[in-house]
Amino acid sequence: MTTATAPIDSTRSSARAHTRRRRSRDLLKHLGLGVFVLLMVYPLVWMAVSAFKPSHLILTQPGLIPQDLTFDNFVQGWNALNRPFSVFLVNSLLVSVGSIVGNLFSCALTAYALARLEFRMRKVYLAVTLASVMLPLHVLVIPQYIFFSQLGMVNTYFPLLIPKFLATDAFFVYLMVQFIRTIPRDLDRAAWIDGSGPFRTFWYLILPLMRPALVTTTIFTFIWTWNDFFVPLIYLTSPKMFTVSVALSSMVDSQSQDGVGMLFAMSLVSLLPVLAFFAFAQKHLIRGIATTGLK
Amino acid sequence: MATTRSRRPRASKLHSQGLAAHIFLIPWWLGLLLVTAIPLFASLYLAFTDYNILSSPEFNGLENFQRMFSDAYFWASVRVTLVYVFVSIPLQLAFALLLALILDRGLRGLAFYRSAFYLPSLLGTSVAIAILWRQIFGDEGLINQALGLFGIHGESWLQNPATALSTLVVLNVWTFGSPMVIFLAGLRQIPEELYEAAKVDGATVVRQFTHITVPLLTPIIFFNLILQTIGAFQAFTQAHVVSGGTGGPANSTLFYTLYIYQQGFANFDMGYASALAWVLMIAVAIVTAIHFILSKYWVFYGDD
Repeated sequence: MTTATAPIDSTRSSARAHTRRRRSRDLLKHLGLGVFVLLMVYPLVWMAVSAFKPSHLILTQPGLIPQDLTFDNFVQGWNALNRPFSVFLVNSLLVSVGSIVGNLFSCALTAYALARLEFRMRKVYLAVTLASVMLPLHVLVIPQYIFFSQLGMVNTYFPLLIPKFLATDAFFVYLMVQFIRTIPRDLDRAAWIDGSGPFRTFWYLILPLMRPALVTTTIFTFIWTWNDFFVPLIYLTSPKMFTVSVALSSMVDSQSQDGVGMLFAMSLVSLLPVLAFFAFAQKHLIRGIATTGLK
Repeated sequence: MATTRSRRPRASKLHSQGLAAHIFLIPWWLGLLLVTAIPLFASLYLAFTDYNILSSPEFNGLENFQRMFSDAYFWASVRVTLVYVFVSIPLQLAFALLLALILDRGLRGLAFYRSAFYLPSLLGTSVAIAILWRQIFGDEGLINQALGLFGIHGESWLQNPATALSTLVVLNVWTFGSPMVIFLAGLRQIPEELYEAAKVDGATVVRQFTHITVPLLTPIIFFNLILQTIGAFQAFTQAHVVSGGTGGPANSTLFYTLYIYQQGFANFDMGYASALAWVLMIAVAIVTAIHFILSKYWVFYGDD
């Protein structure tokens, strides 16, 4: 008996020791990761808290708990640029929504043709689309600017929106092509046999099935457009047309050090829509970058 | 011609699909021509001209390119950009890979950590975060407050030409979350059986890592490397906001794209700016090509 139980006992206790080791190792991991998360997120928290502190205390009082809660920064910041900040929020929203509509429309049409329809040199089209992802915007932006300025479109939203309606965000075309390829072709054939042509098949069959890819496109287009600075900076010259990012940047230029509080307050306001998207659409975001490498 | 075509059994269907395809592709064609191809060649032409948008472009041969050689700002921007790309990208990817490895394989709270690390990637290129960075690394910013706790009195990290660029490197490293998520997805693709087989054969954890994880992850590392490198060459917002558009102090944050912007849209020297832009595009293409050539020696694409 004793000879039989001894090895069982020892394996059991070694297994227990193993799980204990594993558990303590996991605990260590969580501790390390926790500290690292704090470090990573601290700047954001600091900004959020500082927005509610009087400016002169932000730089002298590093702690997170404000002793003197105030909304002055928001009130001042909101009106700092001769017009309420809501103007810029609405402008950014207009540009973002327009970009989303444009990308959904043009990229879905393109992706369907590239993924499903048969025509000569289809692979060349796909290769050109992919190659254009690598093209730096800066090599195109000067002629584009000249072109739009000759059309009298400087200081309008057309230069920001027209490219979106012409399937130039090739990333999304690629994402949708990849997605359409996962839809079984038998569905197309069945629709085909039932007599629906490419347009009906696209509208009634493929487009509804593409929803996850459309959602990902919507979210990323929103965040990228909302954050975009370079293109609005070039085209939008009059303050009443500014998007949030250009407005913020012009606030930086006009502020001295005691304006820190309102800069933080308005920066925080400008990030809220992105944070909201992040909170509600995390799963889509993570899946989106995991499958295509979007930023 | 006609006979070879009619021999194909599906010729008529192909033809009708081809017609439909080109209707679907109308926006794409317009975009390719008006937004991409024509501007691309127009800027190539402008690169050989003197053009200030008010008068018509004047052909001046290689003058713009000769000018670069003796342009101190050009060389400063090249140096700043190369340092930025080749310091921040390896660091960023190292962080991304390390954290992905720690988070992989059933650690509880994965979703929480993944989100927390990913958040900076979404915000990193915004003006708001650049404003925050100005304050963190400013004279009395967060970093110097923290150093003050240890009795160290730091000066402004952004006013000092020796440290200004490193604050932007830190900002880019801070956005390691998006390559990390891609690494995590790649790690999940590695079949569990490989590790089980290796365990049966008595392979240690280290050996499993060097002989299974690393080789099977090299395509993803390569993918991230290409993507992040191309992105870093085009960084603009951070440098513009942090330096107030000047690229200072002493050109230490003069990103190449910022210099293009200054020449093209502040000086309206659009011929020179076009030449600068083409040099950027060729540089990015060369770096990408080198990566692809080198990838033969370290990227593992299975046995086929």
